[in-house]
Amino acid sequence: MNSYLEILKNGLWKNNSGLVQLLGLCPLLAVSSTAINGFGLGFATLVTLVLSNTIVSLIRNFIRPEVRIPVFVLVIASVVTAIDLLLNAYFHELHGILGIFIPLIVTNCVVIARAEAFASKNTVPHAALDGFAMGLGFTSLLVVLGSARELVGQGTLFSQANLIFGDIAANWRITVFHDYPGFLIAVLPPGAFFGLGILIAIKNIIDSHLEKRATAAAPGVVAESSAGTS
Amino acid sequence: MKGVIDKNVWVSAVVLGVFGVVGATGVALTHWLTEARIEQAYVAERLKQINEILPKGRYDNDLLRDVIIVPAGKLCEKVDVTVYRARRQGKDVAAIFETTAPNGYSGPIRLLVGVNSDGSIAGVRVLEHNETPGLGDRIELRKSPWVLGFNGKSLGEPPLARWAVKRDGGDFDQFTGATISPRAVTQAVRNALLYFAQHRDEVFAPVADKASPAIEKHKY
Repeated sequence: MNSYLEILKNGLWKNNSGLVQLLGLCPLLAVSSTAINGFGLGFATLVTLVLSNTIVSLIRNFIRPEVRIPVFVLVIASVVTAIDLLLNAYFHELHGILGIFIPLIVTNCVVIARAEAFASKNTVPHAALDGFAMGLGFTSLLVVLGSARELVGQGTLFSQANLIFGDIAANWRITVFHDYPGFLIAVLPPGAFFGLGILIAIKNIIDSHLEKRATAAAPGVVAESSAGTS
Repeated sequence: MKGVIDKNVWVSAVVLGVFGVVGATGVALTHWLTEARIEQAYVAERLKQINEILPKGRYDNDLLRDVIIVPAGKLCEKVDVTVYRARRQGKDVAAIFETTAPNGYSGPIRLLVGVNSDGSIAGVRVLEHNETPGLGDRIELRKSPWVLGFNGKSLGEPPLARWAVKRDGGDFDQFTGATISPRAVTQAVRNALLYFAQHRDEVFAPVADKASPAIEKHKY
């Protein structure tokens, strides 16, 4: 688990926080109603993960094991509070839409899981990259799920892109289905559950195909991907 | 007592305390750095919402500071109502009520009701609500043009008795499957109009400018 590439692959696919570890599902399900909302919260979580992992790794030799969890929570809570204030100041409208889910990043289990399982035991560059990879995996999932739910639920993509990217993005909205009557379930929580379930199934299908191809290509050799998550 | 508690416990406590102080300092610093800009953002947001009802050209005063508060119980039962007064060259142009409809389907609905000086409605916009997506949320302009139906209406047009949703014998549409949300909004608009008619002089009475506008923060 030491090469940078391994860390990247791990966060993006093999150990994806939403598709494999199934952590942070509350914000994931609640905020993935549109592509832009998903991207907004995903990005905030990514920044949190990078900062939290970096700080935890920096102080890893000064934390007493008995109080390490409270210390991690302190670090994470401080980082998220600062991010919340910065979002309110610089992305005000998005902050109003994401609302309570920004402070809730503190409770997102991915953040503390990476602090405990990785950042506290690895060097700063590795820890920072792990935070980035996990955050990127989470954000990608949010954007894919958000796009799917927006498409099926509203018939559009990238609506309200100006909330993140400013006035130039005012016209980024793509109306894929015109006069779309709307499929409400996709926009509500049940749609999120269905969507996530389908995405997990797709990932598993892809994984098993890759595994079959690997063992077919080199029978008898244990395939790298079948070593499971690590 | 010192001999009873292991030295390690003290060290751990101090370590935790130090991190606590560092964390709190970091947060305090960020707060200090962003405070002004956040305030500006709220002001700009409120101004933008008001300008949807009342375009900038119609007034020339500092609308957000020319404010009175109608105490709870007089217009809105439980909540103070902020009234922004718009004037042009000293003349009264309109009053924007930031009021609350307490009886929404899923809780109170905060709205802006703009009333022109002649008593006609300049516009109504929903600021904040918890109504059901796809049903009650059609009170939002983004979801349906329903709320534009208030434009131009007044206390004579329709007459007071017909200031309700059609289901209640009035002139205003409700939504299929959702009567409570439009009913709540219609009632709140009607109450604002009534208050305006009964207290017009008070509504426009000049007061000393407030030091800074009081605006509600994003709810958590």
